[in-house]
Amino acid sequence: MPVAGAIAFAAHLAVYKNETPMEARTYTNFLATFLMISILIAVGQYRWRRLRAAVWRMRPLFTAAVLLLCAWELITAGWHWLPLPYFPSPAAVLQSMISDRTLLFDSTWHSLVLLLAGYFLGALAGFVSGVCIGWSDPARYWGMPLLKVIGPVPATAWIPLAMVISPSATLSATALIALAVWFPVTMLTASGISNTRASYLDVARTLGANQRYLIFRVAIPAALPSIFVGLFMGLGASFLTLVVAESVGVKSGLGWYVSWAQGWAEYGKVFAALIIMAAFFSTIMTLLFKLRDRVLVWQKGMIKW
Amino acid sequence: MVTSNLVAASALRVEEVCKSFPVLDVPGTSRPALGGISFSIAASELVSLVGPSGCGKSTLLRLIAGLDFPDSGELLVDEEKILGPSAARGLVFQDPNLFPWLTVRRNIEAGLVARGVLQEKRHEVDDFMRLVGLETFGRSYPHHLSGGMSQRVALARALINHPKVLLLDEPLGALDAFTRMRMQDEVLHLWENRRTTMLLVTHDIDEAIYMSDRILVMTSAPGRIDREIDIDLGRPRDRTSESFLRLRSEILEHLHFAGKAADVSA
Ligand SMILES: Nc1ncnc2c1ncn2[C@@H]1O[C@H](COP(=O)(O)OP(=O)(O)OP(=O)(O)O)[C@@H](O)[C@H]1O
Ligand SMILES: [Mg+2]
Repeated sequence: MPVAGAIAFAAHLAVYKNETPMEARTYTNFLATFLMISILIAVGQYRWRRLRAAVWRMRPLFTAAVLLLCAWELITAGWHWLPLPYFPSPAAVLQSMISDRTLLFDSTWHSLVLLLAGYFLGALAGFVSGVCIGWSDPARYWGMPLLKVIGPVPATAWIPLAMVISPSATLSATALIALAVWFPVTMLTASGISNTRASYLDVARTLGANQRYLIFRVAIPAALPSIFVGLFMGLGASFLTLVVAESVGVKSGLGWYVSWAQGWAEYGKVFAALIIMAAFFSTIMTLLFKLRDRVLVWQKGMIKW
Repeated sequence: MVTSNLVAASALRVEEVCKSFPVLDVPGTSRPALGGISFSIAASELVSLVGPSGCGKSTLLRLIAGLDFPDSGELLVDEEKILGPSAARGLVFQDPNLFPWLTVRRNIEAGLVARGVLQEKRHEVDDFMRLVGLETFGRSYPHHLSGGMSQRVALARALINHPKVLLLDEPLGALDAFTRMRMQDEVLHLWENRRTTMLLVTHDIDEAIYMSDRILVMTSAPGRIDREIDIDLGRPRDRTSESFLRLRSEILEHLHFAGKAADVSA
């Protein structure tokens, strides 16, 4: 890892003259910090076993990441292989990230609020309608056709309509994200509930269970693995809808920031926003994985974990 | 051990019960599983049901539990028609069917939770975990249990409701000989304590003779009661006593001559 850091640092020193010094400074510091930390860890791992165990698995990943950064820098700033305004060097991207941090932070915050509001609304609605459709025959009779007709239409297709109907762009974006989440969650909750093994329900009934017990203590726990698949699919759909809604209607958020920066041909900012978006979405995804691991501990060892 | 106040037992009567299942690959047809079954079990009686695989034993137990309904005939508990499942009739399924999302302890508690009496009866959970020898596995998930352990959890889960009729579908099938004998004694002990009416499906003739007051022998296609054998041995029974062995060979001989229940002697 220190070796990779050193390579990247050296490569950076080799090419940094091509760049405006102000931009390069932060990146230089960044790489220097990385190099220092990696050397510290490399030395420290001989003294602290714990540190070594913690770092061991991540080592190849970080090495690859820093080498990738190095390659990126060489290609853009070093050899100018890619047309310039569109492909800024990592130093330029880092610089835009720092100089525009208030607006970026603000955009991330707006995206987060919008995403969470839409996601929770959609997941909740999807869970409730999924349980109803999966459990009760009348609900299935009426709900299924509705689901089959509305569900497959991508939520983003409603954007023009939603913008007209709704008084506020944020409101309609929330509704659209909720719709995008609602479909997969409903679908997979319903199928999970209706595929509950009949023998579990039979056992519960011989133990004196009423409807409420059967639904909440048997069918829903049995359907949870499937419900989580729906939640993951819904999360993906919500990211997509969020970005599209922000770039065409809502006047805030990371999606808006990307298209705004692109309008000004500030590609450093575009990349900065994309990197933040990637980190932001993957963090949320990770949180959902953590939640699943907690809720479905009982599956550990039963399925490939 | 689990000793609690006597719970009233129920009498059971089955009259001319027929049940057939649709044959899915030939629409519109059905195959009889039970063809006119009649017998009755007195309150507090322990009766075994033996018969070849596929003769309809599990089907019959599901009908008595109230999970299915007969095509014709009647099933009565204390002279009242069975209209659906009830905690008063416990059923230990052939497959343990433990809830995989609940720990062993929570599985055993399930009946108390379902009836909304967990608060008052929580102390009994430990008794039943000890009864089936799983007191150290309370926090394990069913996935980590062996087949025999799962069966024991299923047994405890059914017992905790103190049913008036206990239907047991080969509950000890997956146990080794020693655990099996111990569990037989535990079930007998429970029965003697509480006088619960029991109907025990088994493939083990020794178990049937050791445990029951009476053995019902079934034949298959369609399922019918072929004969009833009273076991007039005093309790506790000695598996190696002369009278036990004589009865055993009589029954085996009978089944052999009957030629219909070959796998029962296994
Ligand atoms: N749900 C069902 N649908 C269709 N056929 C069924 C169903 N349940 C049972 N049967 C049929 O009824 C017959 C009796 O089945 P049952 O499970 O009662 O047998 P069993 O005596 O318990 O056998 P074993 O000793 O192997 O457990 C079988 O022929 C089976 O195919
Ligand atoms: Mg069976």
